[in-house]
Amino acid sequence: MTPTIASGGSLLRIDALTKSFGGFVALDNIDVEIRKGERFGLIGPNGSGKTTLVNCISGVLRPNKGAVLFGDEDITPLAPNQRAHRGIARSFQIPRPFKSMTVLENLMVALDFASGRDVLESVSHRRDAAMSILERMGLASKAYDPTVTLTQVELRKMELARAMATGPKLLISDEAMAGLSASEVDEVMDLLMSLGGEDVAVIMIEHIMQAVMRFSDRVMCLDAGRIIAIGTPAEVMANARVQEAYLGT
Amino acid sequence: MHRNNIAFWFGAGVFLAAVLLMTQTIGNEYPFFAGFVILQFVVLAVAWSILGGYAGYVNFGTNAFFGVGVYSAVLLFKAFGAPLAVQIAVAALVGSLLGLGVGFLTLRMRGIFFSIATIALAIIIETSVTNWRFVGGAAGIQLQRPPVTPPFDSYVKMLFFVQALLVIIAVATTRAIQNSRIGRGLQALRDDELAAECTGVPTLRLKLLACAMSGALISAGGAPSAMYLQYADPSSAFNLNYSISVLAMSLIGGTALWIGPVLGAILLGVTQQLLAVTISSEVNVLVLGIMLVLFVVGAPNGLIGLVHRSRLRARDRT
Repeated sequence: MTPTIASGGSLLRIDALTKSFGGFVALDNIDVEIRKGERFGLIGPNGSGKTTLVNCISGVLRPNKGAVLFGDEDITPLAPNQRAHRGIARSFQIPRPFKSMTVLENLMVALDFASGRDVLESVSHRRDAAMSILERMGLASKAYDPTVTLTQVELRKMELARAMATGPKLLISDEAMAGLSASEVDEVMDLLMSLGGEDVAVIMIEHIMQAVMRFSDRVMCLDAGRIIAIGTPAEVMANARVQEAYLGT
Repeated sequence: MHRNNIAFWFGAGVFLAAVLLMTQTIGNEYPFFAGFVILQFVVLAVAWSILGGYAGYVNFGTNAFFGVGVYSAVLLFKAFGAPLAVQIAVAALVGSLLGLGVGFLTLRMRGIFFSIATIALAIIIETSVTNWRFVGGAAGIQLQRPPVTPPFDSYVKMLFFVQALLVIIAVATTRAIQNSRIGRGLQALRDDELAAECTGVPTLRLKLLACAMSGALISAGGAPSAMYLQYADPSSAFNLNYSISVLAMSLIGGTALWIGPVLGAILLGVTQQLLAVTISSEVNVLVLGIMLVLFVVGAPNGLIGLVHRSRLRARDRT
């Protein structure tokens, strides 16, 4: 296990990270640090490298250069499942449920393979834990439904619930609100807000600007693989280059 | 769960006792001769479903594992006169190593590419054995059965009992996987490998485990064939028909539960034996093809799927 970090200390450090696909540089020398329990917004136009960054953090992609540090540990060479065990969880831009399973079983996968299994040794303990997460997510009534019958917003919630079931210290939400109605956006937003309050840092990737601004302690804006602004939501919004990237003036 | 376990082992005990009783009371050797093949297919189908059913990696190289089992037995018998139990144990070991090798294929290949690679594997091994003089080469090799061990009065009856024992081992293993978190992990990686990995499932380790277990059981199931036929040659030991039959049996039975491949193997195995006696052994393949088409169209989830669906319907009606 990684040693515990003092409150407000560094949780994740990305160090001179570069990722290219062939000749295309998707991420160019990115440096950023995320603190424990922080709510961090990640914005940028399409193709700016947001999802590539998330993939490098969660281990789906290996960077060409640079390192990802979690706690005090260099996790750059680790597989996604090892990173999940250390406390990095994510949702996907397009939901990826285990479609042959029920909602509850989806969460059971996470709990069955979670690192702190000693506390949840028995199956019934794990089932209780899964149910309590579903209850918090407002999905308890769907626990025994097959995932194929879920609506879009329920799928998004299920993915967040499954991510929470791994017991993360860092939750990455990759456009969990895309394609949802205004009232559904508020629902997911409330959920993410409630998660941030318990020592879980959240990286929120979102195009819905109001949501990012309301949610984040800090916001970072990427454009063409580079950080063009980082700071409080108000600072980033006032930044001329951010406005240019978004509005194209 | 606990009560299920007791019921399962009780059933297994009754099955073995019945098999033993049959070998002691029935004089005619033919039922055992035919029954051996059916039980063998049960082992193969159940073992295949560990990788093909739970993990969703369709292995077309059942014949590679089967042939490796047969030739492990041949080699041990010819070189050391090893007893049957040793032949089977070593075949299982070799099969698990081969399974690990196939497992590393799953690092890079999915879907149809994985299936094709397993066919290639079978061809490579068959070619090697064909050119290996010590085990008979292309002409095959005759084997002289050793004297039978009491309480059995014929070697075929003993082989029948041994194959029944292998059925229990294969089913118990598969059932244990299905009921454990390993089963859930395999199911998750079949549905979505990336999402499973990001949810903490060590997909590579689980795939290697599934390959090794499936391979060990298929090879173990094939090993007694050497003594059963008292003869082995590469083109029958590595016959692609094994792959096709086993695949058909698993799919027809349904791979969601361990009982599926068991039912599929019994259904198809019995049909094949009956047809071989009444019409001809060539008709087998035709019937296999027709049944496979019918099931793929009418019941894609196999017999298990049919039962499940009718149960759901009955529940909806009430």
